[in-house]
Amino acid sequence: MTTVLWLALTWAQIALGLAASLSAWRIVVGPRAQDRVLGLDALYIATMLLFIVTGMRLGTPFLFEAALVIAIGGFVGTVSLAKFLLRGEVIE
Amino acid sequence: MSALYSLPPWLMALVVLFLVLGSTLTLLGAFGLFHLKSFYDRIHAPTLGTSWGTAAILLASLITWSWVQDRVFVHELVIGICVMVTTPVTLMFLGRAALHRDRAEGLRTVPGAGSNNDPAQEPSESGAD
Repeated sequence: MTTVLWLALTWAQIALGLAASLSAWRIVVGPRAQDRVLGLDALYIATMLLFIVTGMRLGTPFLFEAALVIAIGGFVGTVSLAKFLLRGEVIE
Repeated sequence: MSALYSLPPWLMALVVLFLVLGSTLTLLGAFGLFHLKSFYDRIHAPTLGTSWGTAAILLASLITWSWVQDRVFVHELVIGICVMVTTPVTLMFLGRAALHRDRAEGLRTVPGAGSNNDPAQEPSESGAD
């Protein structure tokens, strides 16, 4: 059973890393600005989950706090970028 | 290794299930973001990761830490609520921005292109500004 847990943790880390890579590909390729913003949002989520899984594996609670900050920062970042695309400025 | 491996087998099976489910769903969502053709299709794909992807991995983390620390751990729920409440807001905003940009360019594939009154603008114009 321990081996299964080890495999599951490894698979989770690989899958989340792949998810982050695919989102990064969407940021680089585009083709338009809204695609890049969407890719950034997905990259934030994948990285946050990767932090949580890595924290579980290492047995440290510190990565969890980083994940909380990423979750909040991702929301603020994506909303301000979407507002910029909609109106041309962030704070009116 | 870490205290993670001191879990009883039935709890470990639950953690394994949630970990595999969550990470696979997130990967599928990111693959959709990579693979789908139009932006309005792509905007749906990452929500796999923000709904059950996040929920399953947070549940696995919650179960593990609650067992290891021998008390109920609810910190994960803060992240879970934060992600689940904010994602629809973000994506609605982004979809509206994309629709506005496509209409401004007169793209024929979106509804309402070329008309002067842009419904994507309505909610913010009736408000504070």
